[in-house]
Amino acid sequence: MKQMLTVANKEFYDGLRNRWLVSITLIFALLSVGLTYFGAAASGAVGVTSLSTTVASLASLAVFLIPLIALLLSYDSFVGEQESGTLLLLLTYPLSKSQLLLGKFIGQGGIIALATFLGFGASALLLYFQLGDTDIFSAFGLFIISAILLGLSFTAISYIISLSVSEKSKAAGFALITWFLFSLAFDLALLALLVGVEDGVTQQGLTQLMMLNPTDIFRLVNLSGLDSSDVNGALAVAINASLSQFQLFSALVAWVVLPLSIAIFIFKKKKL
Amino acid sequence: MNTPLVSLVEAGKTYGQLDVLSSMTMSLNEGEVLGLFGHNGAGKTTMMKLILGVISPSKGRVTVMGMAPDSKEAWHCRSKVGYLPENVSFYEQLTGLEVLTYFVKLKGFSNKDCKRKAIDLLEQVGITYAMKRQVKTYSKGMRQRLGLAQAFIGEPKLLLLDEPTVGLDPIATRDFYKTVDQLKSNGSSVILCSHVLPGVEQHIDRAMILSSGKLLAMGTLSELRAQAALPVVIKPISFKKGGLNDAVAQDAKLKHFVSGSCQNTLMVPEQEKLAVLKQLLSLEELDDVHVESANLEQVYQHFLEKYERNFQQKIQGGQYS
Repeated sequence: MKQMLTVANKEFYDGLRNRWLVSITLIFALLSVGLTYFGAAASGAVGVTSLSTTVASLASLAVFLIPLIALLLSYDSFVGEQESGTLLLLLTYPLSKSQLLLGKFIGQGGIIALATFLGFGASALLLYFQLGDTDIFSAFGLFIISAILLGLSFTAISYIISLSVSEKSKAAGFALITWFLFSLAFDLALLALLVGVEDGVTQQGLTQLMMLNPTDIFRLVNLSGLDSSDVNGALAVAINASLSQFQLFSALVAWVVLPLSIAIFIFKKKKL
Repeated sequence: MNTPLVSLVEAGKTYGQLDVLSSMTMSLNEGEVLGLFGHNGAGKTTMMKLILGVISPSKGRVTVMGMAPDSKEAWHCRSKVGYLPENVSFYEQLTGLEVLTYFVKLKGFSNKDCKRKAIDLLEQVGITYAMKRQVKTYSKGMRQRLGLAQAFIGEPKLLLLDEPTVGLDPIATRDFYKTVDQLKSNGSSVILCSHVLPGVEQHIDRAMILSSGKLLAMGTLSELRAQAALPVVIKPISFKKGGLNDAVAQDAKLKHFVSGSCQNTLMVPEQEKLAVLKQLLSLEELDDVHVESANLEQVYQHFLEKYERNFQQKIQGGQYS
């Protein structure tokens, strides 16, 4: 346990040292504050708009950014150490493979979680001062927790990538493809399925398909609670067949635990 | 006789079709220093990994401190093992002290002792002056010293060092061997893995020569010399006019030993050395004599060449049959 925390501590401080925490926090804070203020600019007004519009825009922003950032932060965490030879060395220490992996996960996950909390928390505070509505905190609380889970899920996925390849540059390539598949291609494919194939999928089936993608679960969590007037496309259909928030969160947690377990499994099988 | 610290019984490792290490049997006692020699890809690193428990043997058995090193029970033994990998570049963005403190913590020392211990170790390898600098500014030799400091954490009972003196200057090399001798006298066992290094001879008790995963020879240096039956090179020197040539060539006892390629050199089997020397000393013309036993490098080359010859013959035999 102590060893695991030592690794976590080191990874966390690496994140601080490399300015990852500061940059991610700033990106989230600037974008979310910007969206909060100028989200209604398209309709000709500047200033804080409704809570639901803000959360909806933030969610659609976060759904692209968070997976990308998580993948960037962690894609080289194993293959990088393998290339520099420290991975082999670490494994000769009294430290099991799962301890090493979980230690890294706690450290890097901590960076993502803290940055998400601070960055988006800033705009929650701003909204609160403008609107004075305590509903903001429950809405943002939900948003931030699901955003953190989304980040952790992609951190775990990037470990799978990092453990499966033997070169850093390959890991970067796979990370990019993974991001593209989950953030863009999957939804396009779903849309094509909905539009192109008549009666191809039921509402129920669509929602189930969406469980296969953590970014869609994240969208469902954040948009199903809002007025659906702000939501359209495939998502609106799915929301009507809504699952409970609890189910959605469980699915997100599963998307953290499952890739993490797979990563540990791959690590144990890995030749060194 | 106490039980050996490390023992391999017919241990082998195969990756797919490739025999990286074929049934190796050896043992290492406490306080013993073993030199492991061979080309790149001879199986040295694989053998070290087996002993470290990072990989499991495909066949045979590996025991370290009475346990299989890849098992869960051997867990606590790991803090008693030090390892210096062949190519390691530490976390470049950290300072030397931070890197070492991290590794000291991972070895299981309590947090408050870590920094002091790390500083002590850095002092031992002589890079305290650079401990506040980032590792990326370190030279090759400094990195190697940092690696050594890392291997020395916690006074290990077993040390495995892969190419420890690569990149070290002569003084650092001497300091390194001093540390090895010190560890040895404290009862630690050391496995030194290397291409043949000049200067390693005095510091190792036994040598193992590997090639393509096979054991070619193992024993103390004198045993290996005897096995190789390499001649002692004796150079009689005379400053007198006319020199020695005729005297040696005409001497009934000495003339068999004159080297074919060089008139001034005698190639003498180890057991005849003293007799030849006595005979030489009786020559009036002699002013000085130079005696050189086969060194480790020659022994190593002898075994490798022998192995390659056998291998060639085997291939040719296979073609004709």
